[in-house]
Amino acid sequence: MAGLAASFGSGAMTNSIAELEDSDCIFIIGSNTTSSHPLVATRIFRAKQKGARLIVADPRRIQLATMADVHVRHNLGTDVALLNGMMHVILKEGWHNQGFIDERTEGFEDLKKVLDAYTPEKAAEITGVSADDIIKMAEYYAKAKAGSIVYCMGITQHTTGVDNVKTLANLSMITGHIGRESTGVNPLRGQNNVQGACDMGGLPNVYPAYLAVTDPNNQKKFESAWNAKLSDKVGLTVSEMMSGLSHGQLKALYILGENPMVSDPDTAHVEKALKAAELLVVQDIFLTPTAQLAHVVLPGASFAEKDGTFSNTERRVMRVRKAIDPVGNARPDWEIIKEISNRFGYPMEYETPEEIMKEISSVTPSYGGITYQRLEGEGLQWPCPTTDHPGTRFLHKDKFVRGKGLFYAIEFKPPAEVVDEEFPFWFTTGRVFAHYHTGTMTRNCPTLDSEIHEGFLEVNPGDAEGLGLRHGDAVSVSSRRGQMTAKTMVTDRVDKGVVFMPFHFIESSANVLTNTALDPVCKIPELKVCAVKLEKVA
Amino acid sequence: MDYRTVLTTCTHCGCGCNFYLEVLDGRVIGTIPCKTSPINEGKLCIKGWNVHEFIQSKKRLTQPLLRKNGELTEVSWDEALDFTARRLKEIKDAHGADSLAFLTSARVTNEENYLFQKFCRAAIGTNNVDHCARL
Ligand code: SF4
Repeated sequence: MAGLAASFGSGAMTNSIAELEDSDCIFIIGSNTTSSHPLVATRIFRAKQKGARLIVADPRRIQLATMADVHVRHNLGTDVALLNGMMHVILKEGWHNQGFIDERTEGFEDLKKVLDAYTPEKAAEITGVSADDIIKMAEYYAKAKAGSIVYCMGITQHTTGVDNVKTLANLSMITGHIGRESTGVNPLRGQNNVQGACDMGGLPNVYPAYLAVTDPNNQKKFESAWNAKLSDKVGLTVSEMMSGLSHGQLKALYILGENPMVSDPDTAHVEKALKAAELLVVQDIFLTPTAQLAHVVLPGASFAEKDGTFSNTERRVMRVRKAIDPVGNARPDWEIIKEISNRFGYPMEYETPEEIMKEISSVTPSYGGITYQRLEGEGLQWPCPTTDHPGTRFLHKDKFVRGKGLFYAIEFKPPAEVVDEEFPFWFTTGRVFAHYHTGTMTRNCPTLDSEIHEGFLEVNPGDAEGLGLRHGDAVSVSSRRGQMTAKTMVTDRVDKGVVFMPFHFIESSANVLTNTALDPVCKIPELKVCAVKLEKVA
Repeated sequence: MDYRTVLTTCTHCGCGCNFYLEVLDGRVIGTIPCKTSPINEGKLCIKGWNVHEFIQSKKRLTQPLLRKNGELTEVSWDEALDFTARRLKEIKDAHGADSLAFLTSARVTNEENYLFQKFCRAAIGTNNVDHCARL
């Protein structure tokens, strides 16, 4: 998110999901779309049917790879080298869009200098992808009329996550594949309302609508809207909160509907942090492993038990409607927050979520024209500044949100942890089709839980043979941080030297192993890459 | 017999498909995909088809819990809310606003996210608010 916002001025998906089907070249990198975003994948299938070319870059042979025009399995954590290699080719062959670069961007000369060294041969050496494939990828994408990039957490969950995203933005700008119908850069949001949580200021550095907390004008605006004295100091990120608790500067944590005991890297560290809290409040619908550590647990209502809105990955604000009363004595989360605020001494008087939305649209420029009445039907895509504005299908038409698009000259940096003799396998994590994030909800759907019931480790047939592992065998996986046991799944979805495990399952929680090294800018932990060793359990 | 369908938005991924929850005598029994949705056009994935199953799961939390003598014990809402507000205040008074932190959620509504960060910023007085979706 931080990466795209820096390049373009907005971190959101540039186009709408439906527009993808009219793209004539879709480059999918770090997204197992058919598993994580099935209804986005549908549009990719349709685009393919209409004759689009598909480029897939993924260490695993994911389902989309089977229908790709070119699929490459680059070494884990080498995205920047791969993309720089493509851009080197594009410039050398003259496939770039000089008119677009001159008119709409800045910083191109510095990028050009860096790209000079990334010949396809050099990129091939770093990434393990053949120079021919790199040239083919460059040609397909650059020569398209409407090229789209689709990416997900496979790109962002690295210590170089921000670099990866900025490099994708570079690629789209040198070819001018941005700011038009079906043409752009599309981060797919993992959880359902991530977009909304960010839009609403659920971030330590910004108020609603991404207004920086460090800007005195914003501070003044919200101080008068909220009738309170506000802090101009940027707050802590999730990972900093965990270390703050461990080290004692942070005393209390109030968690709403999240399960860091399963979703965070390095579970042992998280458990220690949560246990160190003087006060841990957890508000959730199930007694999650995180809730089990709390001092107080507040039962919230599920999405079926309350009114409100969600904002999906394409910036579309849509209604959530109450179908049943909350189960037992559970209460909608907004009501619980309001009650606590009133008791704390900061009065809140909302009677309905609609009243809260009225306040949101009065302080959030991009939501300015959003009312419940207008959301009937298809919802509205922000920016929607006024009540007669129809909403925005794609961003950066004629002009970037930040004015000119900004190129960043970025060099490849190897991942924080690399394989060695003791830990010779690359370990990577992801989702499987039937589950969602930490499984709090999906694992309580009997139909879904019976589809895929336990965690497993994907191992290449060649490696399995070398280790004497057969399908279904128990295998011990250890990293520098922890050890766990899982069942072996022998499959050529993964390459030799790489193993994969989904992170939804608490029993064999993959995050026991993963690395908490952080991206220096946006503080996303390196969940996607670490080094492990495997041993057959006798 | 009371049967109704309620149009809403899926909570299982960022696509945001629309469907109708089917409610029979107060129980959610199924989902019907919305044909006019610009996102899913009458389709759903396996997660959307089964989304109703967790809603009234027997494992749902139905009563506030407070840790007493080491055990999480069922208490009234008043007791749980008073405890939470009082402890937040005590900690703020003793160690300052920046000694508290808040994790908001990609699973709750916009309105709830807004309210939670407003509580954190305006009532507590800190910008220590983040969500787990960086992960
Ligand atoms: S139905 Fe499937 S694709 Fe649609 S929002 Fe739900 S989980 Fe996502």
